[in-house]
Amino acid sequence: MKVRVTITLKAGVLDPQGKAIEGALRGLGFAGIDGARQGKIVDLALAETDPDKARAAVADMCEKLLANTVIENYDIAILG
Amino acid sequence: MRSAVVLFPGSNRDHDMVKALHSVTGVEPTVVWHQDASLPDVDLIVLPGGFSYGDYLRCGAIAARSPAMLDVAKKAKAGVRVLGVCNGFQILTEAGLLPGALMRNAHLRFVCKEVKLEVTNNDTDFTRAYAKGQVIRCPVAHHDGNYFADPETLARLEGEGRVAFRYAEGTNPNGSINDIAGILNEEGNVLGMMPHPENLIEALHGGLDGRGLFESVATSLAA
Repeated sequence: MKVRVTITLKAGVLDPQGKAIEGALRGLGFAGIDGARQGKIVDLALAETDPDKARAAVADMCEKLLANTVIENYDIAILG
Repeated sequence: MRSAVVLFPGSNRDHDMVKALHSVTGVEPTVVWHQDASLPDVDLIVLPGGFSYGDYLRCGAIAARSPAMLDVAKKAKAGVRVLGVCNGFQILTEAGLLPGALMRNAHLRFVCKEVKLEVTNNDTDFTRAYAKGQVIRCPVAHHDGNYFADPETLARLEGEGRVAFRYAEGTNPNGSINDIAGILNEEGNVLGMMPHPENLIEALHGGLDGRGLFESVATSLAA
């Protein structure tokens, strides 16, 4: 089973990399940008075939390693 | 004072730390490989600076889950003093031994220079050799030293005197909230700091400002 974890900074946590991206986009002449926040994606290939069990296992992985929940949120998507 | 320095793949300030500990305490520290599940019985465990695991995932994230760190957590709970410098501070926050997180420097650049540190609290086992409010020199070298904590955590840290060091005289090099450079855990036996006191130990370094930290720990043990 393929599972995608998307890790983003929590709202209110300063994202200097996002700010730099935003500035660079403006510099390229893209108009109407109200903000840019960056994060990361981890794609996992799991032996588990039950989506609920896979989701629970990945949530545990997020809490223990993949995300730093002091500053980050995570979202789990089953890709099939 | 017996001490141990934990070595991770990518540590690079371990030699400086070993030399500093030897110089101040007169005893050669034990170097422990991160895969060792059991550390020797020592009075001080130090996590040195560097780029453990190439800063993959997040700075200190992988190292914080190594076998040695599980034992460090156990020993910290039992009251053993633990010092994390730079990457060591990042590892301590990732391991949950210190609150908050160290984020990318606000200006996004690696910073390698000398800063001024105010000894915000000198009533700790790591800072007693200094005077309260004393300003010392200390080098920094990091890309991710921008300390962040939520408002409640920050209020607790400040209220409980757990900010040991603060960047002083406008030298905050990374955007750290409240100019925080080093913090203690609730019990006061774990200190994490971004600056490198181990690099101002001998006259040849250009100053002795870092010695007080190691002398404080040694004195606290003798007391």
